[in-house]
Amino acid sequence: MTLNTLWFILIAVLYVGFFFLEGFDFGVGILLPFLGRDDTQRRAILNTIGPHWDGNEVWLITAGGATFAAFPHWYATLFSGFYIPLFLLLLALIARGVSFEFRSKSANPRWRSLWDWALFGGSLLASFLLGVAFANLAKGVPINADKTFTGNLWTLLNPYGLLGGLATTAGFALNGAIFLSLKTTDALLERAQRAARRLWLPTVALIALLLVATYFYTDILAHLGIDPGVVPIASLVALLLVGYFINRKHYGWAFAMMGTHIALTLVSCFQIMYPRVMISSLSPDWSLTIDTAASSPYTLKVMTIIALIFVPVVLAYQIWTYWVFRKRVASKPENLTY
Amino acid sequence: MVPVILSRMQFALTTVYHFFFVPLTLGLGWYVVILETLYARSGNETYRRLTKFWGKLFLINFAMGVVTGIVLEFQFGMNWASYARFVGDIFGAPLAIEALLAFFLESTFLGLWIFGWERLSRGLHAAVMWLVAIGSTLSALWILIANAFMQHPVGYVLQNGRAEMVDFGALVFNPKAWIMFEHTLTSGLATAAFFVLGISAYHLIRKHELDFYQRSFKLAAVVGIIAVALVILGGHEQGLWLLENQPMKAASTEALWTTEDPASFSLLTIGDLSGRHEVWSIRIPRILSLLYYNRLDGEVPGIDDLQEQYTQEYGPGQYVPLVIFTYWGFRLMVAAGFSMLALAAYALYFTMRDKVGPQIRWLWIFVAAIALPYIANTSGWVLTEMGRQPFIVYGLLKTEDAVSPNLTTGMVLFTLIGFALVYAALMGADVYLLTKYAKAGPAAAETESEPLAPALVEK
Repeated sequence: MTLNTLWFILIAVLYVGFFFLEGFDFGVGILLPFLGRDDTQRRAILNTIGPHWDGNEVWLITAGGATFAAFPHWYATLFSGFYIPLFLLLLALIARGVSFEFRSKSANPRWRSLWDWALFGGSLLASFLLGVAFANLAKGVPINADKTFTGNLWTLLNPYGLLGGLATTAGFALNGAIFLSLKTTDALLERAQRAARRLWLPTVALIALLLVATYFYTDILAHLGIDPGVVPIASLVALLLVGYFINRKHYGWAFAMMGTHIALTLVSCFQIMYPRVMISSLSPDWSLTIDTAASSPYTLKVMTIIALIFVPVVLAYQIWTYWVFRKRVASKPENLTY
Repeated sequence: MVPVILSRMQFALTTVYHFFFVPLTLGLGWYVVILETLYARSGNETYRRLTKFWGKLFLINFAMGVVTGIVLEFQFGMNWASYARFVGDIFGAPLAIEALLAFFLESTFLGLWIFGWERLSRGLHAAVMWLVAIGSTLSALWILIANAFMQHPVGYVLQNGRAEMVDFGALVFNPKAWIMFEHTLTSGLATAAFFVLGISAYHLIRKHELDFYQRSFKLAAVVGIIAVALVILGGHEQGLWLLENQPMKAASTEALWTTEDPASFSLLTIGDLSGRHEVWSIRIPRILSLLYYNRLDGEVPGIDDLQEQYTQEYGPGQYVPLVIFTYWGFRLMVAAGFSMLALAAYALYFTMRDKVGPQIRWLWIFVAAIALPYIANTSGWVLTEMGRQPFIVYGLLKTEDAVSPNLTTGMVLFTLIGFALVYAALMGADVYLLTKYAKAGPAAAETESEPLAPALVEK
């Protein structure tokens, strides 16, 4: 395996880590106004992800940085091309990020409600935009011979992109509900479980629709053939098992299956792309590939050594923090931090 | 041309704004580390309360630094795609390493610190704060290694139409990076010291918790005098380095138009509206040579001669930065820096001689002095980045050639206005919270969430 392929895989792993982790904490943000009936319950909801959200978000920053370092042309074309959506994503992440810290710092109900809505809106918008972005990465976007995006915002808001956005939002909300079913107690727990049951079917419907649309909008047939291989099928099976485990109230298993579903769906997206990193809808010759977009072999080698040393360290301490906060969060003011 | 100017304005806005929060995060983090380590070792309740109080202000400030930092990483690609293609091979690496080594450490352990008071032992909790501060400091180092490449490119070759990395060691040990790191880290500590001095003075004037704020004040006075002295010494090193490596920036900070030996120091220079030509000035002979050579003579090249030299080297063009920014940026920074030195010495003098308290008449001056480090930090960066123009990567790539080719005026104007509005609103919320908790004192810092009054609890 060449270093270029290795870095394509590593960047895919970083995005998978980000979607898996921020998937549930965006979902928790989306469910906040619906599940939290009073201030204590809303605080309990925030406290389930309070210690983790920032560490989860760093997966996105690292993915961005790794793309810049390993595939500068991918980074340049993607970030300049998706200019307005990324600007909106930044505003969403800013609104959501400060809400965690600011909300609890004043008892004024209007202040709290302001940051609740900022957290909800930020989580919702970020989930949707990420879905739109990755659907367009799989579909291909207009890129000219100079590696430059020639479309605009409306080019990205095509039916397939919008479907990707909706499916991602639904999936994240479902994952948030499953996570809250593992992390809350009493009345809040019951509402989270009910939300998980209700969100499952719409998520399956949207994912199924996305799967069918993928055959029409992407070049999956030419690229992978009619049988897409084990990954997308396993992803679908995992999503179906989520429903089974939710009905059996095995939320730990449901969470594991949902994580598997999210990870494998994203892997499928990267499979459609490989070996391209930006698919040009104008001409196959203008697509950026892992070879034409990459850094020099020397840079890739340096970055490989650094990644092999530090990625395991990061994983170890992040897993440790989840272990420290493994207990359920009770909806009692004296137990809550934020 | 318009997208370039608007993109530069946006980069200036988002970077300056981000850097309102970063130095305090950098410095106050270490201040909290000292206090919590004292608490972990002694179990002394006062140190626990000190950690909680200054930690609370640290957290409010930290949140703003985090969310505004993501913008910067994205902007290199969003607005400066041609730059990203040109330098990505060597510039992307420190950014990725910063995320992997520093951001993960900082954010993961800060979550643990906020939520871990009941779950971790005293010593482990203090160790977690150490990791947060180390994370912030590593973050500063790696982003400055990246920035140093733009100021002083090393460890690269030009091939395949871009700068490719050939020597990672040279990139990491770029002398410019380490000079800037020393200057930035110590100015972070100085910022924190003046933040603590100001808030402590506010409470001491009002006779609140005298012992609590006397301890805060004393520690800040000690940290402050050392940090400010190191900032100034490091700044002098920067000057020497500039003369050798970026003579145009050096000349423009001094508004020195023609080469002089011995060189005179401008006490006051009035320029024309273009900001690139002198109208009138008062100068002291020989002093500039003294600053740059530590003796009374020595040649300092002037702007006009350098313009000619750069034209020969890089082709026709305008190589003079906007002198009005570099000249006044430098003076503002130095004036703020030396005022801080005097004030830190004054603070230390009182704490050594006597218990600092409301009997000291000039204590209110420290409340106002909170502004000084912010003025110095901002004007220092304006000088550094404006002084590098017209280059985005010194000597290799011009800023006007670095912008994303697909951007329209409308797009950049839209995002510029969007960022400005959101940032203004957030600044309001942040200042409100910082003032509220700074004034409220240690009791309000005991819990992370402000308790609801019974009447306000919704049911």
